[in-house]
Amino acid sequence: MYTEKVLDHFQHPRNMGEIEGYNGMGMVGNAKCGDIMQMFIRVNDEGIIEDVGFKTFGCGAAVATSSMATEMIKGKSVDEALQLSNAAVVEALEGLPPVKIHCSVLAEEAVKAAVEDYRKRMAEKKESENKD
Amino acid sequence: MKRVYLDNAATTKLIPEVLEAMMPYMTEIYGNPSSPHYFGQQSGMAVDKARQQVADAIGAEAGEIIFTSGGSEADNTAIRGIAERYAKKGKHIITTAVEHHAVLHTCQYLEKHGYEVTYLPVDEYGLVTVDQVREAIRPDTILVTIMFANNEVGTIMPIPEIGALCREKGIFFHTDAVQAVGHVRIDVKEMNIDMLSMSAHKFHGPKGIGALYVRKGIIVPPLIYGGAQERNRRAGTENVPGIVGMGRAIELACENLDEKAAKMMLLRDKLIREIPARIPEVKLNGHPTKRLPNNVNYSIKYIEGESILLMLDLNGIAASSGSACTSGSLDPSHVLLAMGLTHEVAHGSVRMTLCDETTEEDIDYVLEVLPKVAERLRKMSPLYHG
Repeated sequence: MYTEKVLDHFQHPRNMGEIEGYNGMGMVGNAKCGDIMQMFIRVNDEGIIEDVGFKTFGCGAAVATSSMATEMIKGKSVDEALQLSNAAVVEALEGLPPVKIHCSVLAEEAVKAAVEDYRKRMAEKKESENKD
Repeated sequence: MKRVYLDNAATTKLIPEVLEAMMPYMTEIYGNPSSPHYFGQQSGMAVDKARQQVADAIGAEAGEIIFTSGGSEADNTAIRGIAERYAKKGKHIITTAVEHHAVLHTCQYLEKHGYEVTYLPVDEYGLVTVDQVREAIRPDTILVTIMFANNEVGTIMPIPEIGALCREKGIFFHTDAVQAVGHVRIDVKEMNIDMLSMSAHKFHGPKGIGALYVRKGIIVPPLIYGGAQERNRRAGTENVPGIVGMGRAIELACENLDEKAAKMMLLRDKLIREIPARIPEVKLNGHPTKRLPNNVNYSIKYIEGESILLMLDLNGIAASSGSACTSGSLDPSHVLLAMGLTHEVAHGSVRMTLCDETTEEDIDYVLEVLPKVAERLRKMSPLYHG
């Protein structure tokens, strides 16, 4: 039911685990539905995602879509990362069974949540700097 | 790669003796049992013999066995048949929350057609009590349908007690015994069972053939019309090779049944004992002792069932799970939820079902692979902080 690419990412997940010094973290999904994705990003001063990591509770497709999403945003700017669509993740994995499309949506949401968290942190940092 | 098949509750291997018994009925003895000529009569005699074999296995008479296409048809025939035939007496049916969908969906269908169904809740082990059944009985109750043993967690229901109660109250009692036949001893007379469903491919017989036992005197109208086969109770030309295979398979399954069950229980209990010794934070699903000799079902906390299955499969081990991802819906197994498991823990269930050919080496291999799989997936899980 899964493509070779999906199985490859499931067996050999890229960028798996929490990364050091991350400045953006997003967690989406819920245990009730059986999928939780956590995405960590470290963005440098130029706004480029230097490093990315993920943790996932879920099925094979959930693991593969998170793994693929991390690959697709690594080295990209945060603006570019926000452009990542679930369809692009599915395409990169050479397809997903219809019932698993929601996993790719979750991967897209996880990236967006991590970027949002990064921007919030930056705004807070700026605010506290201004106060000083 | 070493391959270990631990999904015998899904289906079993057709054993060579069964295939051997079936072969002539696919090639040389191909007559229609309804035909009066030699070819037909030879087939008819084989069907009669198989009917006797099936009857003998559960303490019934040959005339009480109706061959069907499998367990689902047997369940549908029994429940819809009784509902239709005895509607004037009442329209209330009692069942449990943990039945197979062949029973649950049939009950739901009847609910749309004016019947009332009581779904008895189960305890944490998946059991209902005879008192629960007694309290649910109403003057208009016509049928109690409760599975013999659960297909997911292997819990064995108090069937003789429920049978005795239903007999005393004059209410028909049907049991879906698809997972139990050929694995545990069944005597329909002793256990006061009025109707019983079974399926050949669960005990090393062929797929596409099953049977419904209906106690003499009970009228169950047919689900399928179109001929006088099965004494007007199920139309359609008999699946002769399937029927012959089922007869031989049930005969073989019941030979040394206790010995084979004891052997499987040793291996089952080794898994039940060793899994928590090797993997922290797991939960046994189902009853510790009142369970099928071949069923092991554990929830491995913080990880998800389909991932476990995929990774086991990559290591050559075939198992099953009650996770949503394997059911094609968003909800995990209705059985595990009815037993009070949280969604999260239900998603992490893995079922391993043995057969009498399962070896200790197979079990040791599972005990070597499963902890590694659990560790690897937990490392990946945002829920695990071990």
